[in-house]
Amino acid sequence: MKPGQGTGEPALSAIGLRRDYGERTALEGVGFELGGGETLLVLGPNGAGKTTLLRILATLLRPSGGELRALGCAIPTESWKLRGRIGLLGHEPLLYRDLSGRENLRFHARLHGIGGERAEARIGELLAAVAMERRADERVAELSAGMRQRLAICRCVLHEPELLLLDEPDSNLDAGGRELARALIGPGEARTRVVVSHDPERFEGEADQVLRLEAGGRPVLA
Amino acid sequence: MTPDRITPTGTAFAAILGKDLRAELRTLQSLPAMGLFAVTTFVIFRFGLDRTTLSGSLAAGVLWATLLFAALLGVNRLFVAEREQGGFDAIRLAPIDRSALFAAKAAALLAYLIVLELIVVPIFALFFLDSAAALGPLAAVLLLADLGIAATGTLISSMAVHSRARDLLGPLVLLPLLVPLMIAATGASEPLLALGGPGYHRFGTWLAVLGLYDLVFLLVGYAVFDFLLED
Repeated sequence: MKPGQGTGEPALSAIGLRRDYGERTALEGVGFELGGGETLLVLGPNGAGKTTLLRILATLLRPSGGELRALGCAIPTESWKLRGRIGLLGHEPLLYRDLSGRENLRFHARLHGIGGERAEARIGELLAAVAMERRADERVAELSAGMRQRLAICRCVLHEPELLLLDEPDSNLDAGGRELARALIGPGEARTRVVVSHDPERFEGEADQVLRLEAGGRPVLA
Repeated sequence: MTPDRITPTGTAFAAILGKDLRAELRTLQSLPAMGLFAVTTFVIFRFGLDRTTLSGSLAAGVLWATLLFAALLGVNRLFVAEREQGGFDAIRLAPIDRSALFAAKAAALLAYLIVLELIVVPIFALFFLDSAAALGPLAAVLLLADLGIAATGTLISSMAVHSRARDLLGPLVLLPLLVPLMIAATGASEPLLALGGPGYHRFGTWLAVLGLYDLVFLLVGYAVFDFLLED
């Protein structure tokens, strides 16, 4: 049973979360509680700390203060238990430009302990889901930004993560691409999602909760 | 994926090393530059010193100064793809022991150095040595020194790559750390390159020093690498 699905413990909870970069505070006093399979939409202008929040949730940044738990683990003390359970789709696709899309996905599959036929089957299935089978053997450097985003989505869900952290997931995608992406990273029972966006209208319908941040990283009080 | 599932270190090591070697074979961003630098330096020494043969400490000095600075070109590029293309984040998100990244990067650098030396050491012999008799025992010195350069270079490169002045910072920190290794490598090479054929005066002692240096920096790298990847 997953956290937030009948255990009484939320999948994601934050109390007074803060992050400083030197003397500058990027995030301050952020709190929320999210159940399993729910979606948290994070909105805010540039410099509001949205990406910082996502990187903290991904265990890539340590919080400077506050309490944070994800999928039953305390961050940062139990971050090691979370790795492999999180899928991050950030500004960068996290793909090597000199390798092909398929080679990149094989590399990420091996890092997540998925090998052999299981990896090939999963990669084939994902490439088909984003309509990238025909371009999968080209170097990433030669692909358009939209195609890289489709591959990045495949990379993000390759290991079937329980928690999806999505930073502007629609960026560079056309209408067809957005529709294909929705099947992989859209709302679903098995996916707890945190979605960062500048576009409230696009994701508000999918959100169970909305967190609005203002410049300086403080939550906007309703 | 269960919370306790960790990818075996050997699998992660092979994945990262395979990715690095594949990318290098495809782009040739490090090895050709290292080889070209070494050959050009030998040509400069050949004409600058105005000698057709070298022996003893001078030969050892020319060989190791050239290999050391050629190696720096590889060290500087070791983590560039990880930094610029998000590899650090991808690896930090994966359920792996991060020492696999240190081991794989050190192995990749070791492979570059071995390939470099397979090409440029025969050219060194052609330019400066009377016979190739020293090359056999020299291989042991090269291998041990390469292991030390790979371990120390990987460690320093992983720190320097996050700095804007990485091309300056890397060599600035790395070169002093490599001084003991270079002293041992030239000390072991000097009798091998002596006039009249290879000698073995204190050869074993210098090899032991090289081995000890390798062991220390491999252990230091293994111990601290995880912390270096933290934000």
